[in-house]
Amino acid sequence: MAPEPPLLSMTTITKSFPGVRALDGVDLDVQAGEVHCLLGQNGAGKSTLIKVLAGAHQPDTGSIRWRGEEVTLRSPITAMRLGIATIYQELDLVEHLSVAENVHLGHEPTAAGFVVRGRAAREATAALLARLGHPEIAPGRLVGELSAAQRQIVSMARALSHDVRLIVMDEPSAALDPDEVDNLFRIVGDLTAAGVAVVYISHRLEEIRRIGDRVTVLKDGRAVAGGLPARTTPTRDVVAMMTGRTVEYVFPERPARDPAAGAPLLEVRGLARDGEFEPLDLTVRAGEIVGLAGLVGSGRSEILETVYGARRPDAGQVVVEGRPLKPGSVRAAVRAGLGLAPEERKAQALLMLESVTRNVSVSSMSRFSRGGWIDRAAELAAARAATRELSLRPDSPAAPVRTLSGGNQQKAVLARWLLRGCRVLLLDEPTRGVDVGARAELYAVVRRLADEGRAVLLVSSEVPEVLGLADRVLVLREGRVVHTAPARELDEHRVLDLVMEGSPAS
Amino acid sequence: MTQHASPPRDSTGKVPSAGAPPVRRSLIAHADVRILSLLGVLAALILIGGITRPDEFLDTRNLQLVLTQASVIGVVTVGMTFVIISGGIDLSVGAIVALASVWATTVATQEYGFAGILFTAVIVGVGCGLVNGLLVAYGAMVPFIATLAMLASARGLALQITDGRTQIVTLPSVLDLGERDAYVLGVPPLVMVFAVVTIIGWLVLNRTTFGRRSVAVGGNAEAARLAGIDVRRQRLYLYLLSGLCCGIAAFLLIVLSGSGQNTNGNLYELDAIAAAIIGGTLLSGGRGTIVGSVLGVLIFTTITNIFALNNLQSDVQQIAKGAIIVAAVLVQRRTASTT
Repeated sequence: MAPEPPLLSMTTITKSFPGVRALDGVDLDVQAGEVHCLLGQNGAGKSTLIKVLAGAHQPDTGSIRWRGEEVTLRSPITAMRLGIATIYQELDLVEHLSVAENVHLGHEPTAAGFVVRGRAAREATAALLARLGHPEIAPGRLVGELSAAQRQIVSMARALSHDVRLIVMDEPSAALDPDEVDNLFRIVGDLTAAGVAVVYISHRLEEIRRIGDRVTVLKDGRAVAGGLPARTTPTRDVVAMMTGRTVEYVFPERPARDPAAGAPLLEVRGLARDGEFEPLDLTVRAGEIVGLAGLVGSGRSEILETVYGARRPDAGQVVVEGRPLKPGSVRAAVRAGLGLAPEERKAQALLMLESVTRNVSVSSMSRFSRGGWIDRAAELAAARAATRELSLRPDSPAAPVRTLSGGNQQKAVLARWLLRGCRVLLLDEPTRGVDVGARAELYAVVRRLADEGRAVLLVSSEVPEVLGLADRVLVLREGRVVHTAPARELDEHRVLDLVMEGSPAS
Repeated sequence: MTQHASPPRDSTGKVPSAGAPPVRRSLIAHADVRILSLLGVLAALILIGGITRPDEFLDTRNLQLVLTQASVIGVVTVGMTFVIISGGIDLSVGAIVALASVWATTVATQEYGFAGILFTAVIVGVGCGLVNGLLVAYGAMVPFIATLAMLASARGLALQITDGRTQIVTLPSVLDLGERDAYVLGVPPLVMVFAVVTIIGWLVLNRTTFGRRSVAVGGNAEAARLAGIDVRRQRLYLYLLSGLCCGIAAFLLIVLSGSGQNTNGNLYELDAIAAAIIGGTLLSGGRGTIVGSVLGVLIFTTITNIFALNNLQSDVQQIAKGAIIVAAVLVQRRTASTT
């Protein structure tokens, strides 16, 4: 054991919300200068734990020692004064303020106590941004004009503008491209070399291997393992601790028949949007799953939304079962049999205040109504049949959709289109926010929906998911298809090469 | 390092729990609690009225008066509730009531008799709603701004029509509707109109695709659009509905006051919004009930009546109203956070 007390030591922290015990006696200790990774599925308690650490939640019981002394983190300000900074996943920046104003929000350099010294703030900000490897971000720019990656840098600059000893990063790499992740890791390395501790939260095991020193695994509000060596603990063990099972991904078997045998359901001809993606041709047949692989910013989601009519194309057309769609009309697409499960499920698909039934029936209301009058018994029966077919749990149609897990919320979206009688499914990051354990079931559902004669167009940033689930894969880079091949003929390294280099070698 | 024994799991990775049925029960209980608490407040007010002015408050004529007064603002509030549930706001309702009431009572209109007045009031209301709806839905204007502009314009137009004079209604067929002879089993016709509008409003909100779409648009407009709902057309219809309710309310006001005035409907927008909010409608949209809004209207009207009977000035009434709005929102936030 180190002779010095740990920088931070949290013991038997519990925190309950009405109906949920979010933390159930969690211990966590962090040494100065280390990268301590927090792993766990959604709902394991990671977010609650870091909010306790940030002073945003008060623990019900347990104690927190900071540099050997017992402290009470009464508010975020208390935590910040001690030197604990938190970079949240949903960045908390003010879009209409400049970079420098955001960095110094709440502790602006002032003259005479209240006059903000703008130049001093800008200079200090420029120095911080240079230290973070991003001197190109001008301190005077509005945050609203910056990209997601740049905003993250600004958040980090804000954390560093305090005299910080511990930085908590909540899934910082989620919105970043690989080279930006490299920069992030370089920054983390610089920080720890200077003695700052980093608590790093990520779903991605390979990241934890690269930069982590120790790992604490949370499951159901408990720390099932604390302070494991990050680089040498076998992946199998870590996954087993997170999930209570040993498999990571299980993909359903592809059917034996030739995927080219089905009738073409979805044909995209020369579809393009200026500045987003170049003219695209693709065909998805009945029973076929076609995957689009590409990085953030490669145009994946834009393509899907344009096919669906949510964005108006600048050129080309979408043909469904031989009939061209009216461009830029979601309603025409839905009528023709398209259904979209969008990337931001809560923001773009679900009515969070409503029940499962109403979320499922919303696109098919005319089927249960005569003259606008809803036959609620028919609606309930049909919605229930659809959710049961997908094994949505809990099997209670009146439950508010917000109480479901991520995987079951996704099933509610799929049930909506199943009920609608949808022939072409567009899936944008279908397993985002879905527990590792629930993914396999969702994959099986998608495969079954295809086997029943639907065409599926799948977008995912997780290459193994595209390779494991799709029959055919289109690799995208900067809005252009650089390679097309059956999924069996590709492997993860090949796809990553193509995605980053874009050299169509075959 | 320890590894805890896992409880049995279902295939979604969640521990199967007894969560589902209790969630449902608590939700039902929740809606009931909100309505019950409003009924409790109303009962308490009636008790207060009965104790402080036992002879006057519980008198049949007084109760008929309270309900009649509630009818005009109540009809407006039903329309407003739909608009707020859909995530919008209609600040122009009071001005529309004023414009519809004066347009329907000009000498020229009165020549067309009862039907002329009713028709004009409704058409003016719907027309203003159409302008609001087109600006919001297809002009992509913020509802607050579009209806604020309508508020100013409609009031101005109402003043121009009347030149500030009260337009007396001379048609007996209209005036008789407000007389005691027209009461059916003691119920004034105006109150019956309010009751019918309330029932239709409840049915439309809870039993029709129109109601569902309104809630969906208010709860998550982007999700509604991607689910294939024509969000813009729905918004247009909602402002038309609000305008229609204002037209009906204007007719009720004409019957009640026997005249049309450009100062009619003053601050109705605030009363209607306040009633909807204490009734449990979320100002951000996606949730609300007709019953709650109507109870909100009855509570406010009863307070006004009790204060008047006790000779308390309107300034005291205003302060009490403000306090009730704050208290209602605080109570609702507390009950909402325990869901």
